[in-house]
Amino acid sequence: MFWYVLRRVLIAVPLLLGITFISFLVIHLAPGDPVDFHTGDLSPDSSAQAKQMLRKQYGLDKPLPVQYWNWLIRLARLDFGRSFAPDGRPVLQKIGERLPITLMLNVIEMAIILLFAVPIGVLSATRQYSRFDKATTVFVFMGFATPDFWFALLLILLFAVHLGWLPASGLRDINWEYLSFWKRHWDFLSHLILPIGVATFGGLAGFSRYMRQSMLEVVRQDYIQSARAKGLAERAVIGKHALRNAMLPIVTILGLSLPGLIGGSVIIETIFSIPGLGQLGFESVLARDYPTVLALFTVSAVLTLIGILISDLLLAVVDPRIAFGRRQQ
Amino acid sequence: MIVLRAAVLVVLALAAAACTSEVGSGTGDDGAARKTARPVYGDTLIEALLGDIQGLIPNITSDSASHTIGDLIYSGLVKRDGSLRLVGDLAESWTVSRDCRNMTFQLKKNAKWHDGRPFTADDVVFTYQAMVNPKTPTAYKEDFKAVESIEAVDAHTVRVRYARPYAKALQSWSTTMLPRHLLESYVTEGRLREAPQNRESPVGTGPYRFKEWRTGEKVVLTANRDYYDTGPYLSRLVYRIIPSQATIFLELKAKGIDSSSTLTALQYKRQTDYPAFRRAYQKFRYPSSAYTYFGFNLKDPRFADKRVRQAFAYAISKQELIEGVRLGLGREATGPYKPGTWVYNPNVKRYPHDLERARQLLAEAGWREKNGDGLLVKDGKPFTFTLMTNQGNDERKKIAELIQASLRELGVGVDIRILEWASFIKEYIKKRRFEAIVLGWGIGLDPDQYEIWHSSKTGPDDLNHISYANPEVDEMLERGRSSCFEDERKKYYDRLQEILAEDQPIVFLYFPDALPVVATRVYGVVESPNGIGFNFTEWFVPRSLQRYTAG
Repeated sequence: MFWYVLRRVLIAVPLLLGITFISFLVIHLAPGDPVDFHTGDLSPDSSAQAKQMLRKQYGLDKPLPVQYWNWLIRLARLDFGRSFAPDGRPVLQKIGERLPITLMLNVIEMAIILLFAVPIGVLSATRQYSRFDKATTVFVFMGFATPDFWFALLLILLFAVHLGWLPASGLRDINWEYLSFWKRHWDFLSHLILPIGVATFGGLAGFSRYMRQSMLEVVRQDYIQSARAKGLAERAVIGKHALRNAMLPIVTILGLSLPGLIGGSVIIETIFSIPGLGQLGFESVLARDYPTVLALFTVSAVLTLIGILISDLLLAVVDPRIAFGRRQQ
Repeated sequence: MIVLRAAVLVVLALAAAACTSEVGSGTGDDGAARKTARPVYGDTLIEALLGDIQGLIPNITSDSASHTIGDLIYSGLVKRDGSLRLVGDLAESWTVSRDCRNMTFQLKKNAKWHDGRPFTADDVVFTYQAMVNPKTPTAYKEDFKAVESIEAVDAHTVRVRYARPYAKALQSWSTTMLPRHLLESYVTEGRLREAPQNRESPVGTGPYRFKEWRTGEKVVLTANRDYYDTGPYLSRLVYRIIPSQATIFLELKAKGIDSSSTLTALQYKRQTDYPAFRRAYQKFRYPSSAYTYFGFNLKDPRFADKRVRQAFAYAISKQELIEGVRLGLGREATGPYKPGTWVYNPNVKRYPHDLERARQLLAEAGWREKNGDGLLVKDGKPFTFTLMTNQGNDERKKIAELIQASLRELGVGVDIRILEWASFIKEYIKKRRFEAIVLGWGIGLDPDQYEIWHSSKTGPDDLNHISYANPEVDEMLERGRSSCFEDERKKYYDRLQEILAEDQPIVFLYFPDALPVVATRVYGVVESPNGIGFNFTEWFVPRSLQRYTAG
């Protein structure tokens, strides 16, 4: 097991290098110049010299391979540098202050999705083509097909403008500091309901369909037949024997959604004005803030690799047929 | 199909809800009470910013959000009043020598930094040094490079000398003043951007003190009780960062914010025109300091011919454009200056919608015959070009489409291309790889537009993208910027406007109206040629209408 993990980690290093190189190339090849955004791009006040000076300060006057090498050297010391955005703050700090909220939203969202998607998938598989199956299929695909921004605006219009039950956007009331302990928590929670609702509705389809599909395959297996034949209750057959096996692909997909946890949705964050990583990434790309974009790329590449590794390892835990390393011999 | 229909039903249900219920009652008031009410302290004003601020030292930022906040925390020596005249801010008074080269400021003696230290002439000298320091990452150096020498005569007198007359000299001292005792070391080391004053503890002389900045969420300011001028009456300001215009609009309707200036023409005119909204908000409307234009690459031989440009100006109906794109909420532009300001010259050549005249001008320029597609042909080549504009601006896209339709009537084919902003500027504008564009210019409060029209300003990072060159224009620009007397300058700029109107290097389309709304409970908001923000420190909410007590 240990050697297996070690080998995987070693293989990941050149892979990561390749990923960063391509990311670096892509963002630098995109037309546009971070310097333009400092000096107010077309502002009559900004002079050509000021722009030249900034380019030099950022090392943008050097050839691309040199820039990449310098970036790698700094990366080796886990230094992602300072943002090219006019605030000029350390990239890690910028990411750090936005990470908690994005992570929290995504974890809650993922938990709710699983909570609903697994039972929906199981039930619609065991009652294939029933009314329940058809109704949930329509429901989850509606969620999948509804544009986030449109659905979000409609919900705000209904719950915030007309009914006045929930706040329209943001994370906290402007008088949050002056609220009592419990009111603060309720206030924060009430700000999360709409964004999480929108995200969950849109995300139900994927997991519930995977679950349904995987369950359909499992219930046709011989061992399910034999479980039924030996007189086990249907509950036990599905809940114990079938579900455990049907969960295997879900575990793989869960591992792969690890980088998604820090991804954050640009659309939902923008509409609900939640200062998360999605917005940061989007703004950084538009402003050609190379250090921030590359840091986000790198972090999500690392998380993807870790996610794949974890899901492989988890498979060994849940599936006795899979084993690593010496146990095989 | 079922999915689709269900979705449609949801929309209809919500739309119906939108028509029937309107929450909120607004505040009852009458005009007379508004005028006579005595200002009182208190309440919180919540505003929305579309983007986060970049820092808390406005001298080194160039986005409008940072300046909105920065101008409340800091102040300059002079400022513009409602009629756009320069009046004293930190300066009590000033004198200008007859040759325009010497200026002496008397500073207010009661002005203090937020940390309690007195504001002195030494801080003015320091601000100058910070601005011209090559390591200071500011976009506003040019104004200060014109200074030959500066000296603090005593604690409250500053003398500035210019190498040659510089028209923007006085205005340039509206630059926000920085505290020497806190920032000197950062400026010398070239680390001003990293100073804590740029991030968490700015110290200025302005009407508001900094309280809190949560990245991407909000900026909070509180009233500075030691302010050297009247007010400020509003106790607390909360600037919420809401990156979506649609959300800002919904927040306004839900009364989550008190003021916004980002309403679209459609929202302003139609979607806010119901009683509850009218009770809750005061609407304002005045021309903004920016215009939209249809520009040409004058290096292209077809557009180098003045008659072609004039023909296009005749072919486009500006009124129709303003009606179609801005629902009438804009003013026709005849040149690069805002109608109603002192420098604006109304007596220039105008181009009323006249297709006959346009055809005639094109014919004079050699575009006579039409080919099978109905396009004008010269030397065997049909008259077609690509019109570019940037993505994300719906107005410009619509303008491009209207121009396309108008020119089609003349027999000119237009292809529209819409490009992402950064690549549009870098790859097409700066490299001059465009035939025609729809873009806009923001105009400053000073009429100097040397950077935009002067023939020397055609380098890749310069702003004369269209490669316009006219010796008389150059001369007017040079003379205009080297005089400090308004009536003399007006002569040069009047002539400049005449030439530009005749030449039509670009077709000046319109000045869109700024469309701010402010909660009705806020008194003292006055519309002026300078917008509504100029007397912000005098805004107040009568005690009975105050909504927030905290803070």
